[in-house]
Amino acid sequence: MTVREVTAEAGSDQTRPGGVAPRRRRLPLRTRLRRDWQLLAMVAPGFVILLIFSYLPILGNVIAFQDYNPYVGSNPLDAFVQSNWIGFGQFQLLFADPAFWHAFRNTLAITAFQLVFFFPLPILLAIVLHSLLSSRLRGFIQTVVYLPHFFSWVLVVSFFVAMFGGAGLLAQTMREAGMEPWNVMTNPDTFIILVTAEAVWKDVGWGTIVFLAALSTIDQNLYEAAAADGAGRWRRLWHITLPGLRPVIVLLLILRLGDALSVGFEQFLLQRDAVGRQASEVLDTFVYHFSIATGNYGYGAAAGLFKAAVGLCLILAANKVAHMLGERGIYSRS
Amino acid sequence: MTATFLRKPPGTRPRRPPWEEPPSPLGQGAKAVLLSLLVLSVLFPLWVILVTSLSSRETIAAAGGLVVVPRGIDTSAYETIFAGGAVTRALWISTLVTVIGTTLALTVTVLAAYGLSRPRSLGYRWLLAYFLLPFLIYPPLVPKYLVVTGLGLKDTIWALILPPAISVFNLVVVRGFFQGIPSELVDSARIDGASDFRTLTQIVLPLARAVIAVVGLFYAVSYWNVWFDALLFIDRNDMYPIQRVLQSYLLAGQAPNTSGAAVGATMPPTEAIKMAVVVLTVAPIVAVYPFIQRHFVKGVLIGAIKG
Repeated sequence: MTVREVTAEAGSDQTRPGGVAPRRRRLPLRTRLRRDWQLLAMVAPGFVILLIFSYLPILGNVIAFQDYNPYVGSNPLDAFVQSNWIGFGQFQLLFADPAFWHAFRNTLAITAFQLVFFFPLPILLAIVLHSLLSSRLRGFIQTVVYLPHFFSWVLVVSFFVAMFGGAGLLAQTMREAGMEPWNVMTNPDTFIILVTAEAVWKDVGWGTIVFLAALSTIDQNLYEAAAADGAGRWRRLWHITLPGLRPVIVLLLILRLGDALSVGFEQFLLQRDAVGRQASEVLDTFVYHFSIATGNYGYGAAAGLFKAAVGLCLILAANKVAHMLGERGIYSRS
Repeated sequence: MTATFLRKPPGTRPRRPPWEEPPSPLGQGAKAVLLSLLVLSVLFPLWVILVTSLSSRETIAAAGGLVVVPRGIDTSAYETIFAGGAVTRALWISTLVTVIGTTLALTVTVLAAYGLSRPRSLGYRWLLAYFLLPFLIYPPLVPKYLVVTGLGLKDTIWALILPPAISVFNLVVVRGFFQGIPSELVDSARIDGASDFRTLTQIVLPLARAVIAVVGLFYAVSYWNVWFDALLFIDRNDMYPIQRVLQSYLLAGQAPNTSGAAVGATMPPTEAIKMAVVVLTVAPIVAVYPFIQRHFVKGVLIGAIKG
C-alpha cells in the first residue's frame, strides 16, 4: 500500500512537465550534508540493524551454492570462506528429495484451503460489523475479536489443546456423556481443518480492520440512490459494497499469493510432533529441520532460497495480473 | 487527517437511514447468533483457563480436568509458581526482553521514520528503498541463524532483542503519520532555528502519541510472544523466555518444574499450575491491550492506508 505511495513520490522527482522546466538547482554535497546530517544520523541505527540482520543474511544465501561446513572455520565467516563451492549441487539434491516435494504439496494444499475457507471470512465479518447501528456494541465486539491476534502461537495452540485436546474440555465432556472422545489435535486427517480453525480464531477479527476502513469510505448516497431505484439489500451488497471493497480485496489477495509458500511457520512447528510429519511438514518447517536441527546448512539454505525466489515471482506475477485487470495492486509504474 | 471516520460524533444517535428497509427478524437473529458465538469463542476459553488455575484439587478432580463453574478460589498454583523456579525466571526474562526491546525498537523506528520523512533530503530515495526492500525479501532462516550465532549472541537476550528491533511495517506506519503532520508546523520550527532532533522531540512526538502507543504495543507484544527465536538462539533452559516454558509444559508434555516449592508441601494440582502459566502469559497482553486498542484505527490506518 505504501510502497505505491513511495514509488509515486520518488517518480515525481524525475518527471518534469514538458521537459522545459529548468533543472532543479542542486546544492553542493557539502551544503546538503551540513543541512541533513541530523536526518542521516537518525536513520543510522535502523540502517545498521537492517544491514546486519536483513542484508547480511540475504547475502548469506550464497551458502546455498556451497557445501557449507560449519566446523572447518572458527566462526561462520571463516567457515564460509573455507567451504567448497559446489554450484547447484544442493538444488539437485533438493529437487530429487521426495520429502521436499511432500512439504511443497502440503504447503500449497494448505494455502489453497485457507484461501477458500479463511480469506473471505474477515470480509463477511466486516460487513456484519459495519451493519451494526450501535457503535458501543460494535466497539465491544471489535475489542474482543481483535484480542487473539496478539496471542502467540504457543498460546493459541495451548488454548486449542485445552479445549479440544485429549485431556481437553471437549474430550472430558464427551467422556462424561459416555461417548468415545475424539482428539482433533493429533488426527493427521483433519489437521488441515484444525490449522485453518486456529488461524481463523486468531486473525478473523484483526483481518476486518482494513475492510471496515474501506467500508466507511463508500459513499452513502450510492446506497440511497440504489434503494430509490428499487435495489434490495442483497443487490446493494453485490453492486455497491463489494465493488467498493474490491481494491482492498485484490491487494490482500496479491499479498496472500506472494506469501503462498508461507503458512504460519510457528503454528506448524509447534504441532509437528502431535500430528506427525506426514500432515504437518510445510516448506518452512522443512527448511528448519533439514538445516538447523540437523546441521545441514547448505541444504536448508537452498530450500529457503528456492522458496524465496518462487515467492518473489508469485508476488510480481499476481501484481501483474492485477494491473491487467485494471486494479492498482501494490505498486504502480506511474 | 480525518481520524474520526469510524466514530460518529458524540451526541448524535445512530439511526437507520429512512430509505433502508426494516431489518428482517431472521437476518437479525442470524447476526446475533453469529456474533455471540464469535465473542464466546474468545471469552469462554479465557474463562475456563482462569477458573481452572484458581481451583482446588477437589474441584478439579470433581470436574474431571478443566473447570467451567468455579467453586471457591484457591491461589496455591500461583503461590507455588511465584515461590521461584522456571516460570518465575522465565517471566523475568520475558519482561526484560520486552522492556528493553520495546524501548530500543521504538527509538530506532521513530528516528528512522523521521529521518525518512523529508523527500528532498540527502540520499532520500536510496535510503527509502534500502529500508523498504526487507518488506519484500525476508531474511532467510539459515544465514540469519549463522549471523546471529557468529556475532556471539547465542544464549543472550540480545539474540531476541536486536534482530527484530526494526520492523518495516511499523516504520511505514510511523513515517506515514509523520508525513501527515502539516509541514507548516515542522518548517516553522526549523525556521526558528530548532534542530531536527529538537523538532522531533518537541513538535512531532507530542502529536504522535497515538501512533507511538500502537506501534509500541506491536513491538511489546512481539517481544513478549517471542518463541521461535528462542528455540533457535537460546539453548540454556535457565534463559528461556515464558513462551518456551509454556510450550514445554502444555505442548511438549513436560511436568511443571516447581523446584521453588518447599519440600514436603502439598503440591497444587498440575492442571491448575499449567493453566496458571497460561494465565500469566496472557495477562500482560489482556491488561495493556484495551487501553491501546482504541487508537488502532486512528494510529495505524492513517499511517498505513493512504489512498
